Amino acid sequence: MTEPLLSLRGVTKRYGPVHANTGVDLDVRAGEIHAILGENGAGKSTLMKLIYGVETPDEGTIAWQGELTQIGSPASARRLGIGMVFQHFSLFETLTVVENVSLLVPGTKKALTKRIVQLGQEFGLEVDPLAYVYALSVGERQRVEIIRCLMADPKLLILDEPTSVLPPQSVELLFDTLRRLSARGVAILFISHKLEEIRSICTHATILRGGTVTGNVTPQDFDAHALATMMIGRDMPHLSPAEAVQRGANQLEISGLTLGTDDPFGVSLKNIFMHVAEGEILGIAGVSGNGQSELAAAISGETALPKSMRDVIAMLGQDVGAMNPATRRKLGFAFVPEDRLGQGAVPELSLVKNSILTAHRHGMVKKGMIRHGRAAAFAKACIAQNDVRTPGPAAEAGSLSGGNLQKFIIGRELMLAPKLLFLNQPTWGVDIGAATAIRRRLIELRNAGCAILVISEELEELFELTDYMQVLSEGRLSPRFKTSETVPEDIGRAMIGAGEGAA
Amino acid sequence: MVFPKLVRRENASLPVLIAAPFVALAMAAVSNLVLYATIGVDPAAVFKAMLIDPFTSYFSFSEILLKAGPLLLIAQGLAIGFRAKVFNIGAEGQFILGAICASAIPVYLPQASGIWIWPTMLLFGVLGGLAWAAITAFWRVRLNANEILVSLMLSFIALQLLNYLLLGPWKDPMGFNFPQSVMFQYDALLPILLPGTRVNVSLILALLVTVAAWFFVQRSFAGYRLEVGGLAPNAARYAGFSQSSAIWLSLLIGGAAAGLAGAAEVAGPVGQLQRSISTGYGYAAIIVAYLGGLHPIGIVFAAFLLATLYIGGDNAMVSAGLPIAAVNVFQGSLLLAYLIASTFVRRKLVWPQGARP
Repeated sequence: MTEPLLSLRGVTKRYGPVHANTGVDLDVRAGEIHAILGENGAGKSTLMKLIYGVETPDEGTIAWQGELTQIGSPASARRLGIGMVFQHFSLFETLTVVENVSLLVPGTKKALTKRIVQLGQEFGLEVDPLAYVYALSVGERQRVEIIRCLMADPKLLILDEPTSVLPPQSVELLFDTLRRLSARGVAILFISHKLEEIRSICTHATILRGGTVTGNVTPQDFDAHALATMMIGRDMPHLSPAEAVQRGANQLEISGLTLGTDDPFGVSLKNIFMHVAEGEILGIAGVSGNGQSELAAAISGETALPKSMRDVIAMLGQDVGAMNPATRRKLGFAFVPEDRLGQGAVPELSLVKNSILTAHRHGMVKKGMIRHGRAAAFAKACIAQNDVRTPGPAAEAGSLSGGNLQKFIIGRELMLAPKLLFLNQPTWGVDIGAATAIRRRLIELRNAGCAILVISEELEELFELTDYMQVLSEGRLSPRFKTSETVPEDIGRAMIGAGEGAA
Repeated sequence: MVFPKLVRRENASLPVLIAAPFVALAMAAVSNLVLYATIGVDPAAVFKAMLIDPFTSYFSFSEILLKAGPLLLIAQGLAIGFRAKVFNIGAEGQFILGAICASAIPVYLPQASGIWIWPTMLLFGVLGGLAWAAITAFWRVRLNANEILVSLMLSFIALQLLNYLLLGPWKDPMGFNFPQSVMFQYDALLPILLPGTRVNVSLILALLVTVAAWFFVQRSFAGYRLEVGGLAPNAARYAGFSQSSAIWLSLLIGGAAAGLAGAAEVAGPVGQLQRSISTGYGYAAIIVAYLGGLHPIGIVFAAFLLATLYIGGDNAMVSAGLPIAAVNVFQGSLLLAYLIASTFVRRKLVWPQGARP
């Protein structure tokens, strides 16, 4: 075997108490198309940031062409010959392609234009150098990003989920480019969770789970199912929630929701059907970026639905398509959003003021004036009941750790005594103890008759918590799985769109 | 080269928050005195004329109070909008419209008398400012037209409207063709508050507005909704607070306050409608609002400071030979210095660790 181009040994990166990467070993050789495979939160992005010099490792070593090195910044990574194409492009829309390139690459415009055309022909990256970026499709913008990296003649190219933004026909073009690059000896690190793609293009795959390497394989030797097992983990505990309670009325019913998006990175929702009954927990599984945030905003009322879709969402016995979040909350709906700082709570405001955000109807406002005493009592009770670690109710929300703030937000929503509770990624970034406490409370609430909807990326959590599951993949929702009759592999297949749902 | 990075603080730093206006004032003062020295004006004389002389006589002190009134009124209104991140830059235009609407009464009813006249003029002023700000709010909500540009451009339209009235229909027939309206009758003028000075009851109005602004910002639910919308728009959407009503409310409050100030100016020290009724109060009030930390109490001090600079600048022009633009430069650099200083309330400088290859 040839000497590796890039070699990581025992690389560890911590963010506070969170271990994003633990003892990661990775070897990348010239001309290799190497997949980094893992669920969101498995540590893929952190690992790439370490290689590209955005972050520095706490422990472990990085060797480049056999020599130990420290990559202190993206600029020094580029100097070594490492290029990276991010998932979200960094192009100025009001500039032309060549102007965008010239921001990073020295040279006259004329020379750059010539090189762009030349690289384009060589690697199948045709794009008009004089076109303005705003007029380009997503696929063309990605080509511009790749060209910009290639200008520096990189030896290693990192692509972060390159296909997640592309329509299928562009994916083939991209793969053709990657194969040509690899034939020239350029090593490619390909981050993805799409198993079929990895099997079709990558020569090696390193699988990450929970920040550690769980597999180092040749992807063609395994089928998608086996790779999914490595990615998700076969040691999944099979916990079932308390026995089913008497099935009650549907508290949430969505019948045929289709919703486009203006956001180039957004996902359109396609013909969504779901229902949640009293005393039932429904989980929505799937990898983030498959329509989760769009679905959440439609259910919470943060997205105003077009007129034609006003009658497809019913909640607590009423059509709510035309209602805003505050009106929905009045019906007995509560919502814990994915983003804690800036959505679920205002970082600059105290916990007292953050209580008012959703609980203001509970006696905190009288004749248009805020009753601070009531709000403070509410915040104090919320802190005490939910074991929120904070100096007190006057602390700014932004000063709490992610887990503690999440306990506060969930506590606040539970104190609203909802009949329908919706949580988006409830235990993301929360330590195990707190996560267990949150799950226990959700099951108590369900047993008391509340209808609960949970969107989560953590399959383990959904298996522990839910009565039923549906999988969201590319804006489509699978049919229902009954959790007690399902194994993780079924969900994994639905996640990658490879399997058909069971009823 | 290694540059320090700006890193967000976990909690706002109270010492920095309190020190920021003073540091800004010091930074602006030093840099401007250096500037004066380089253009050949004696900095010591300017300093004395600007910051000492205004406090040495009852009359010049009363003139500070007179200038502080409109600044205080406008800034209180603007600050409420700024807290909600609705940037009404067109208070100048709303001020002019307030002055125009208030003037309609004495212009069309020059013989009228009675105690009802000046309060009605103030009310007209409020309505004029409201209407002018409503145009901006309407287009922002309807077409998402940037309120900074719309309100700013409407200020220039307001100025042309004023010119038209003063050169045409509202010109004083006995005024030797000067572009100004008739002198207002006695009942169209605000009662004087401090005898022997030009300070009138509008100062009391400004203080009442300050108290009202404090209650609105600190205690009301509407103020809370605006604050959340400004600090975290996604949280406001999550809570279900309407963005369009936040825009309407912010602009209408700012417009009403500026219109009131405009009316108080024509019915107060000026006593007629003139082309020069506003000496940039609407723009200076933006500085006042930010210098006061967008807090109703802080704004009182900031209005007083800016008023001192106005009066002191006039003094310095006369006694120290300072050019007229120097006062504007001072105001501008004060705002710039404050924005720099206030950056560190929520952020701090951190030098990156570890060597680079």
